[in-house]
Amino acid sequence: MRLLYFAWLKTKIGKTEETLDLPAGIATPAALVDWLKTRGPGFAEALKDRRTLRVAVNRRHVGWDFALKPGDEVALFPPVTGG
Amino acid sequence: MIRVQREDFDVGFEIENLTRGKTTIGGIVTFVGTVRDPGGANAIMAMTLEHYSGMTEDELTAIEAEANKRWPLDASLIVHRFGRLLPGERIVLVVTAAAHRTAAFAANEFLVDWLKTKAPFWKQEETPQGTRWVEARDSDEQAAKRWAKG
Repeated sequence: MRLLYFAWLKTKIGKTEETLDLPAGIATPAALVDWLKTRGPGFAEALKDRRTLRVAVNRRHVGWDFALKPGDEVALFPPVTGG
Repeated sequence: MIRVQREDFDVGFEIENLTRGKTTIGGIVTFVGTVRDPGGANAIMAMTLEHYSGMTEDELTAIEAEANKRWPLDASLIVHRFGRLLPGERIVLVVTAAAHRTAAFAANEFLVDWLKTKAPFWKQEETPQGTRWVEARDSDEQAAKRWAKG
């Protein structure tokens, strides 16, 4: 699975993207975030409050209970501020 | 049409290019968003727009398609810049053209409201105190919600 991080998540996590094999049983973005938080202090800090985050799967906005598939591109970011 | 680019755009050229020869058009509405320096304690020296390449184009295309579904537009255009911009520089251009002004005005406002809450851009400001990421405004969220279909 390809993971992308934007804006302050990128800074706190210390990378813009990575490709990972997820542990079995991670079926939603909510579960993914809970698992990512255990990967280090940067992840824990960046992902501590899901209300400050949004998620896209395969370049579409989705909810935290969206069904993930192997090979998905998952992006985590703060609420957008364009325009 | 939508475009995401680092370079500036020429508003007059874009309007002319979009509408040339389309003689059923009776009204053209143009919105230009610019980098604002509020001054005083909130002064900024520059702003950098980051975006999610690929998803940005997809979202803008979907938003434009939705506007064309809701209003009888003869032409529409969204140009959004990314990269480092200085106060006063143009960020975004939204042009809507229709037979009558009502549709052109409504569709333009809709496009701006929706792109602010859906297109994956993030603004980072450079201030005398350092850099900071701009937080999403609840007022933008509320503005977008008024277009929700009941």
